[in-house]
Amino acid sequence: MLTEFGKIFVFLIFAMLFVAISIFIARLIRPTRPTKEKLKIYECGEEAMGTPWIKFNIRFYVVALIFLIFDVEVVLLFPWAITYKDYGIYGFLVGIIFLVVLAIGMAYEWRKGDLEWARPKPNIPDLSKILKKKIAQPETIEPSADN
Amino acid sequence: MYDFLVDLIGNEIIAAFISAALPVVFIVPFVIFGVLMERKVAGHMQDRLGPMRVGYHGILQTVADFFKLLQKEDIVADGIDKKFFNFAPYLVFAGSYAVYAALPFSSKYIGADIDLGIFYIIAVSGLVVAGILMAGWTSNNKYSLYGALRSAAQIVSYEIPTALIILSMVMLTGTLSLAEMSEMQTAYFWNWNIFGGAEWSFTKLLLIPFMFAGFLLFYISSLAEVNRTPFDMPEAESELVGGYHTEYSGIKFSMFFLAEYANMFAVSALVSVLFFGGYHSPIGYVGNTLGLEALIPFEQVFWFAAKGIFFVFVQMWLRWTLPRVRVDQLMTICWKYLIPYAFLNLLIIGIITLI
Repeated sequence: MLTEFGKIFVFLIFAMLFVAISIFIARLIRPTRPTKEKLKIYECGEEAMGTPWIKFNIRFYVVALIFLIFDVEVVLLFPWAITYKDYGIYGFLVGIIFLVVLAIGMAYEWRKGDLEWARPKPNIPDLSKILKKKIAQPETIEPSADN
Repeated sequence: MYDFLVDLIGNEIIAAFISAALPVVFIVPFVIFGVLMERKVAGHMQDRLGPMRVGYHGILQTVADFFKLLQKEDIVADGIDKKFFNFAPYLVFAGSYAVYAALPFSSKYIGADIDLGIFYIIAVSGLVVAGILMAGWTSNNKYSLYGALRSAAQIVSYEIPTALIILSMVMLTGTLSLAEMSEMQTAYFWNWNIFGGAEWSFTKLLLIPFMFAGFLLFYISSLAEVNRTPFDMPEAESELVGGYHTEYSGIKFSMFFLAEYANMFAVSALVSVLFFGGYHSPIGYVGNTLGLEALIPFEQVFWFAAKGIFFVFVQMWLRWTLPRVRVDQLMTICWKYLIPYAFLNLLIIGIITLI
């Protein structure tokens, strides 16, 4: 007896077979006349310069990390979503606390500017300046020169 | 359907293969029709006629295109990583075809009636991302690489709002199986989830606005998941030629095309199952009034296809209505708007279901 997941496996095999058979049929009837020009990489008619296999700046490295966290979270929440009604308000609150913790994490990322396309420069508060201002504030008669 | 085939043929493996072949019988005519529809919709929206030459009003245009693609030369350019380049179409098509295993076409036909249904669909559509990245990276082409990376970032990001909305629907219905979810929305259209589900109570009224919000969020993120305009950066033809399938030609290219249209129908079908009653008729069955029980499954397939094709039509409509967004705007829409709203929707629906 095939299980339900066995049927899914048959689906995958069938999809692969479908592609293989269509490619095979096309191979029987299509011509093969490669020339030097045809075999060039397409770059709008220009000669291709260099290789595309270079170090590539993926801007959303941090986003990928957040995605990972969120995806795991969703996986954890699916069983909860089915059963929380059995536990009433407590079951609901347990899930919500978990969600809120994640939301705080995301708010932190947002505040840090990791969700921007061009990441802003980190705005590190300069402690010495703040202290100087605080000390300088009481004596309003004489403003400090290096403001 | 599978049990029926087992009784008919007597061999489980052959029955499973026939049962697995049925979606292809649906997909191929759908793609032939869908490509024509895309061109006709595009034409009429821009005050043109679209293809007119092959057959009456060009209805055989896609069939002719298919035969043309079949006999095109297959060019594998120099410097391409051949092994993976040839394998990518398999992966992309298998990924989008596996989704059809869990879609209930009617109460009698579902490829694999697993309890995990929708969870499985979220998981298996990840295969498509792997295939696209493979196609883009091995093509030895800068356009392909850019297209593939954009596409992967986009599909991966928009999976989260999609999953959150699905989660809220799971909280409402209490099941992951798509067949059960459709069965819950039986009879007339006011029992659909978008109108608050089949239960008549005070909560039904409360749910309606949040169901509409959920539907909009889900539809927007599903547009991005299948790379349709306004989120079609991966294939932005004015900047990236063809995106990740620039270097593909002939039948391999058409496999990507087939997978793309199959995906379009799959997400539209998902929208209809989650919010619009799946395969159920909005106005009752002809089979019931005539007393013909055997007619009902065919009617259900008709309604399932009609709802799916309607949402595919809306996708095409949006393509000629909205301009393409920029890459940074795309990410902003996902992370700063869709995800917080989806969160909020989830919380509110959770509270309402507890009442």
